Amino acid sequence: MAREIYQAIVDGILIGGVYALMAVGLTLIFGVLDIINIAQGILVVLGAYLSYGLAARLHIDLFVGLLITVPAMFVLGVAIQWSFIRPLRGRERTSMTLLVSYAIALIIEGILYEVAGPNVRELNAWYVTKSIHLFGFYLAYIYLLGFVMAVVLVLALYALLYRTGFGRSVRATMQDETAARLIGIDTNRVAALTFGIGVAVTAAGGMMFGATNGGFNPNSGYDLISRLLAIIILGGLGSIGGALAASVFMLTLQSLVDIWQPQWATAVFYAALVLVLLVRPTGFFGRAPVRAQ
Amino acid sequence: MSESSTGTQDRGARAVPSGGLTGARGLRIAGVVAVLAAAVAFPQVFTNPAVTNYGVFAMIFVAVASAWNTFSGFSGYISLGHAVFFGSGAYAVGVAARDWHVAGVGVFGLLPLAAAVGALIAVPFGLVALRVRRHTFIVITIALFFIFQLMAFNFSFTQGSSGLDAPFLSWSLQTFNNPFYYIALACAAGATALAWLIRRSRFGLQLRAIRDDEDRARGLGVRTMRVKLAAFVLSAAITGLVGGLWFYYIAQVEPQTGFDPLFDLFVVLMAFLGGLGTVSGPVLGALIIEPGQLYLTTVFTNAYLSEILLGVLFLAVVLFMPRGIIPTSTEWITKLRTRGRSAIPPASQRAAAPTGLRSDEGATREGGALKAARRRAGKAQRVGKVL
Repeated sequence: MAREIYQAIVDGILIGGVYALMAVGLTLIFGVLDIINIAQGILVVLGAYLSYGLAARLHIDLFVGLLITVPAMFVLGVAIQWSFIRPLRGRERTSMTLLVSYAIALIIEGILYEVAGPNVRELNAWYVTKSIHLFGFYLAYIYLLGFVMAVVLVLALYALLYRTGFGRSVRATMQDETAARLIGIDTNRVAALTFGIGVAVTAAGGMMFGATNGGFNPNSGYDLISRLLAIIILGGLGSIGGALAASVFMLTLQSLVDIWQPQWATAVFYAALVLVLLVRPTGFFGRAPVRAQ
Repeated sequence: MSESSTGTQDRGARAVPSGGLTGARGLRIAGVVAVLAAAVAFPQVFTNPAVTNYGVFAMIFVAVASAWNTFSGFSGYISLGHAVFFGSGAYAVGVAARDWHVAGVGVFGLLPLAAAVGALIAVPFGLVALRVRRHTFIVITIALFFIFQLMAFNFSFTQGSSGLDAPFLSWSLQTFNNPFYYIALACAAGATALAWLIRRSRFGLQLRAIRDDEDRARGLGVRTMRVKLAAFVLSAAITGLVGGLWFYYIAQVEPQTGFDPLFDLFVVLMAFLGGLGTVSGPVLGALIIEPGQLYLTTVFTNAYLSEILLGVLFLAVVLFMPRGIIPTSTEWITKLRTRGRSAIPPASQRAAAPTGLRSDEGATREGGALKAARRRAGKAQRVGKVL
């Protein structure tokens, strides 16, 4: 029993790293643009399909393929922000951006069904199938590689946000958009690039998701987005550290519950969210919301 | 929050109570009567079951969209969890009919139970979710929604993924839809009338005060939690009731159809297309979207294509008509009528501003700017008292 628990915790932490990667993009987009990008889930699935296409058609290794899919998803993100998110203004912006991102999710889902069909696919490579024996646990290489990649990418994002001029602009926009504009920051550019970055990480997240989830199809986006939403709210909206902590916490909790009650494991996500918000309405690391004027 | 933009939005569907407007008011009443008469006559004129089927679904969604709007449209708390009440209503009557062996026409007697279950679930749901605002509220409603869907999958009394079957109704196929149509029509008319009454009442004013500035509303003495919860429970009760009716109509419910994430998005889209927070907007939105969607799925047998089309429709509505049909067209009419005259006198607008409430509905319809100003000033005082 103790062994199973250890294994569950290790699994939770490793997969938590992958979810962290996807959730960071989502929370970053929220922090800067003040929108919840419902399309994030299907974009992850799209990332998985892109990796699948490159691997199946052109025989490009999954990790090497990221060099193509990440920039492609970045461009897609910037394009979506420019054409659909930017024009939205006014009082109902919150709900309208929600509808727009949902519409984008529907369109992408429809296109994926049309192009790839409803069959469940799985990403394959030697490191997906081969396992390594480590400290008494059997782990597929992909979990370790993916975890390392997630850590590296999250660190890179951190460096970008806290060590560069662009990062300073992003953080300034997150704190107060009007003030940021007043001191000469092009907040439109910041918003577009942030959206692009937030979507670009879904390419990497999607590749990992496709390799570890045990199959995906265009319908997988719903389950994923609701989990990601639970994670970023639990961590505190707009908090990157919170997203990391909440991912690992939630996934560990889920794999622990999975030992005893597999059919309720998914509910843990939402139940934990509701319970935590009862005590702390702003999540783990959330700031109290600034009152709108 | 600018006064001018919010003011026009609300002019949408509200009868002007003062006299001297018999023309516009009479037209309005005549319009409502005409729509009701057309709705009552509909299944008598179109007897084809395939057509009345559209009517039943349209009425079901008119009722649900109106109920949703009564809470979310008025209070500004966008709920994506109303499918919880819809599905719970369906399951409640399904389980009750099965366990109490109710059959035949008697099953319709169980419908109040669906409303009661919807309301009962809404109390703890609301107490949890209404503590947070904006995005967090939306996500909490989604989270609770998924918990309910999972419960429907996992509990034994809901019979898991196979779902429940409704008691068999041995009616002739030709007129099978008609009773459903009239019950759904009654629900739709009731929900819309309720929305209209609430909008005119003190309760509705408090809800809209919460939408505009919740902290300020509380400062003015509105018991925000109580008001929000009351609207939420009411909205949930109607949704539950209609969910029960829907279950009898389609004769079965499964976790993924009773608790359907698309259900919420359709309802939101209907309200947005017609005009969020107006009384007639969600009705119009539902009447356009539900038959339209049913038609699309029959024309395009390719389900994926209709999904893409639906997404494009969403985008078009939000990008080109973000405030909805009713507010936009009302604004055009007002512009036409007040051509050449100043529609909103700035001084009185400032006078009304501190309350944070829009109380200038129909002002421009009165014609002269002076009259509007007087009415506005009087109303501003009334608002102060009401709160």
